[in-house]
Amino acid sequence: MITENTTAAHNVQYKKKKLNNLRLTPVAWMSIVIILFWITVALFAPALAPFDKAEMVSFESFKLVEEASFLGTDYLGRDVLSRIIYGARMTLGLALIATLISFTTGIVLGFAAAISSGWIDQILSRIVDAIMAFPSIMLALIIIGGVGTSLPVVILTVALIDATRVFRLSRALALDASVMDYVTVARVRGEGVNWIMLHEILPNTITPLAAEFGVRYTFAILFISSLSFLGLGIQPPGADWGVMVKENLQGLLYGSPAALIPAACIGSMSVAVNLLVDWFLHRSSTTIPEELVG
Amino acid sequence: MKNLLEVRDLWVEGGPPGGNYIPIVKGVNFSVKKGEVLALIGESGSGKSTISLSTLGYARPGCRISKGEVLLNGEDVMLLDAQSRRELRGTRVAYVAQSAAASFNPSLRINKQVIEALTIRSLMQENEAIEHVVDLYHRLELPNPQTIGKRYPHQVSGGQLQRLMAAMALSCSPDLLVLDEPTTALDVTTQIEVLKAFKDIIARENTAAIYVTHDLAVVAQVADQIVVLNNGEVVEQGQTDQVINNPKHEYTQTLMSAVRQTPSTAPINEENQGVEGQHLLEVKKISAAYGPHTVLNDVSVIVDKMETVGVIGESGCGKSTLAKVISGIMPPSSGDIILAGSVLDGTYKKRIRENLKKIQYVFQMADVALNPRHTIGTILNRPLKFYHDMTQTQRKQRVEELLELVELPREFADRFPDELSGGQKQRVNLARALAAEPDVILCDEVTSALDTVVAASIIKLLESLQKRLGISYIFISHDLSTVAAFADRIVVLYAGRIVEQGPTSRVLSPPFHPYTKLLLSSVPELRQGWLEDITATEEARSGIAKDVSVSSVGCPFLDRCPMSIKGVCSTQIPPIQMPTGGHEIACHRTIAELN
Repeated sequence: MITENTTAAHNVQYKKKKLNNLRLTPVAWMSIVIILFWITVALFAPALAPFDKAEMVSFESFKLVEEASFLGTDYLGRDVLSRIIYGARMTLGLALIATLISFTTGIVLGFAAAISSGWIDQILSRIVDAIMAFPSIMLALIIIGGVGTSLPVVILTVALIDATRVFRLSRALALDASVMDYVTVARVRGEGVNWIMLHEILPNTITPLAAEFGVRYTFAILFISSLSFLGLGIQPPGADWGVMVKENLQGLLYGSPAALIPAACIGSMSVAVNLLVDWFLHRSSTTIPEELVG
Repeated sequence: MKNLLEVRDLWVEGGPPGGNYIPIVKGVNFSVKKGEVLALIGESGSGKSTISLSTLGYARPGCRISKGEVLLNGEDVMLLDAQSRRELRGTRVAYVAQSAAASFNPSLRINKQVIEALTIRSLMQENEAIEHVVDLYHRLELPNPQTIGKRYPHQVSGGQLQRLMAAMALSCSPDLLVLDEPTTALDVTTQIEVLKAFKDIIARENTAAIYVTHDLAVVAQVADQIVVLNNGEVVEQGQTDQVINNPKHEYTQTLMSAVRQTPSTAPINEENQGVEGQHLLEVKKISAAYGPHTVLNDVSVIVDKMETVGVIGESGCGKSTLAKVISGIMPPSSGDIILAGSVLDGTYKKRIRENLKKIQYVFQMADVALNPRHTIGTILNRPLKFYHDMTQTQRKQRVEELLELVELPREFADRFPDELSGGQKQRVNLARALAAEPDVILCDEVTSALDTVVAASIIKLLESLQKRLGISYIFISHDLSTVAAFADRIVVLYAGRIVEQGPTSRVLSPPFHPYTKLLLSSVPELRQGWLEDITATEEARSGIAKDVSVSSVGCPFLDRCPMSIKGVCSTQIPPIQMPTGGHEIACHRTIAELN
């Protein structure tokens, strides 16, 4: 009754189950290809770009496609393709750094608040509430306006605003996990808070947190782009997709796609990341009974 | 008479999505007539719940009904389309689940949920439906039938909730009622009240019922027919008295022997009696409270080496709180916990590792006590590293030894908890506690979530471990028969106070305190007619009428006691009487009167 289970057969089946769960759907494949594409572009930007991001290749603004510059020129006569390639570096890299910072601080503080509870939780949660009470773009305007714009300031501002959301989520998840008996067992064993966070709570909250990472990363890209669009993010002549949209907006009047191309790039990256996250969430969720689907 | 339900050659298969299907119910046949109760019994995994669900034309996710006919009034449920199946459920076949607490939505009032089936099928207007269910509440003997439906689920007791669930199922006057382990999660005293209500209403409404359980003693009270299942196959089938009194199949006999015996006595460990000097663990005058609510009041317990102390009482009596106080999870408001002569700090946070190691806690719910993301090996490794600082090779070897100790194969070290059965998980929990090499293990309802056969094997394991390793247990349970067969001494808790404690045989045979008597008489006996006999006695009637309520004046058991003394029991805390050494009874009545 207790031990007669056929272990070998069971293990085979279990591995199969895991593989089934990890199988990539066509949509997931597409997302991964797009993301990898942009990462490669960002990594090898100097080798790939035909011109420098600040180099003026033509005396003509908003030139359409021609042999010298594949995607035409922008409002200063710079090569749009080269600026897109360099812009990938800036946009994706900054967003990644900001998201990583926001997740580390958000998770650590969120878990700490959930486990220690009491006044630490109260103080942290109220601070987060206060920050979240401001519309995020306004808060960013205040901070960057006050401190002055520079890359570290932009990154930290985006990270701070994102961290409040991550804090909320990770605190809620950790609260759920921390009332489980296995956490009580660890506490009574005499384990410290750090060990419990790392070994008991994190493994049980990693799936939703990973999904959130994808969403937050997209938001960070869009947020930095909006900041740049408002003139607070990346400063000229730096190339960032958001900046490029802003700079070339008037080109639309002359029928130039110079503003649309970076917008499409932002769109493609956001869509790819979100689809990948969707796939990940679907994979990790329980199956819906056939009856309810059909 | 024509059969209301006929199940012919039913096969159900289950398997992972896209994987191979394995048959879990193999060609089952049975039939139920109107007004008849059929019991499906077997261990967990025998397919009894799966069969009961198939009578609603339902297969759980991952399962499919592959072959066979389920005829309700001659109509095959399997051939119906999704829409008519949905209409069938709730109106013609109704289902009562094991855990009423989990089946009610906590944020809606009870009435709204009970009348749902009536109103969503537009069978009745809302006020008409409420009138109808209030009538049902009357018939199920629920207290305050007019107003109980206006409460929220958490405001009524577990037994009442289970009966309300039955009211929900009966609201559309179904032809067939499917009861899936409806009393398994309840206290013995509550079980009587629910069983009686179910039995009466089935007889009065003349519905047919399928009663799913693993408890033969319960079956003997309610069923007309019994189907015994093992691994998805029928091993024995027949009238209740024939199966109970004259079981033919070997498997039925095994089930019978695992049934809770009427608590008799375990041989007392007389060696431990006169041992003077230091006790292993001493709980001295402990009181504890959740906010303003006192849950433990002046509780003192002594545990010696190699001794098992059983703590019994209904839910809400403070049994688990006592374990939590001892382990330091819940600091007491007053009193001391003394381990091997030294006073422990009230909270685990301030205890030293050496003392934490000596008291280990094994939880009731085996599956939430194991981190689902760690392998069994990782789980068992940690206490070895934490308390004993073993090297990796030492740990690996020790994990194998531990698994062997709890009678699990070594390969289990690589498995995750969700790949284990309930009983196996509980063994892993036990192994983790043993890894610390403790002096005392607190077993908090460790067998309550398991079925009888598995529970019996866990108890056996605990006994053999005690002999081999010399550990002591504090064994908390609401199941008197388990405790009686296993514990050296028994502590009876009621509403946070100890009403009686002493060596098992002296406490139970004969029982003195009215509460001990009530608990003892509430354990179902494996004979037909027991339910009627017991509900006829005065003790049971006064005992099952009320729930546990905590009061600080007078005797806590007052309003359920058949022999309370007017004016005395309500005002004075009962004195402690000692008929023999080590046996304490808290009651105003004299020993002669109690006997």
